[in-house]
Amino acid sequence: MPILGILASAITNNLVATSYESIATTTLGTTTATITFSSIPATYKHLQVRGIINTNAGTNNWGLRIGLNSDTGSNYTHHNLRGDGANSNAEGYANESYMYLDRAAPTDANIFGGVVIDFLDYTNTNKYTTMRGLAGQDRNGAGQISFNSGLWMNTAAVTTLTFTLQSGSFVTYSQLALYGIRG
Amino acid sequence: MPAGATYEPIATTTLGSAQASITFSSIPNTYTDLVIVFNGNSTNSGSSTNGMRCKLNSDSSALYSGTNMAGNGTTATSGRYSASTFFEGGEISQASGTPTLNIMQFMNYSNTTTFKSFLIRSNVAGSTVQTQVGLYRSTSAITTIELSRDFGTNNLASGCTATLYGIAAA
Repeated sequence: MPILGILASAITNNLVATSYESIATTTLGTTTATITFSSIPATYKHLQVRGIINTNAGTNNWGLRIGLNSDTGSNYTHHNLRGDGANSNAEGYANESYMYLDRAAPTDANIFGGVVIDFLDYTNTNKYTTMRGLAGQDRNGAGQISFNSGLWMNTAAVTTLTFTLQSGSFVTYSQLALYGIRG
Repeated sequence: MPAGATYEPIATTTLGSAQASITFSSIPNTYTDLVIVFNGNSTNSGSSTNGMRCKLNSDSSALYSGTNMAGNGTTATSGRYSASTFFEGGEISQASGTPTLNIMQFMNYSNTTTFKSFLIRSNVAGSTVQTQVGLYRSTSAITTIELSRDFGTNNLASGCTATLYGIAAA
């Protein structure tokens, strides 16, 4: 049974190590605006991106934007549920030009937000592609945690993932790793 | 090109009797991320939940903090803790409640440059669902993770199980 991401890792007895494979990793040695995974093979059932991110924006709480197949049209929707340590809030956006993980990136030194993002059935050409993501950054007295979902209203198989920040660039040591999960 | 299979089980502990804690030590630095899956209850005789208290590298300094969001079937809330001597490993169900399922993800745990962030999903079907981002303000690689009972004298109940996985990036 293939294992999918955040939740299914609970099914310990069914975990098959060979079903989860590392495809590519980007670890930044310098500040960079965009991280791209291209030529993603179609040999998996699902994709997962895991990583740590920080922005040079100068202020905290910036979102992580995700484009699929270099599509910058208004073909995405996304929703999130987030907590800021005092309140919980929900948001939804339609006809956006990217998927989005809310409040994922801090700017404070040494503190990197964590993200775990699943792209489901990414090679299926009969339906739109969906994403779910968990993102958070705590800063010892401040921070945000968010659940996120995204939809790309296109039936093409996903071959490229492009990550940018709502504000600023990814700083050195930011890392995103792409994994494939076999079905 | 794919670099090969990963997401490997490193160690599993299943309690044969009630214990104060479960500890994974001598964690190899050969992975990128760690995942712990915990399932079980505390010996607290109630039907609610308590927070797990956890530590990294046996460090009891006030270096832990976290921001969480939770839902109890009626309301959604958010809270945080800071400058704590432990991190909250999610909720743990009391003895007569639904067993807890907690999944902890320690991101980039072995680098010695950044502070360590972790994401936790805590699920107690009978009472609450929670997620948390935590911070350990140390640049040390994580080599030991201790999952402890809630406050007071209640232990992790017999049958609690915890599995540590390693995920290696290409």
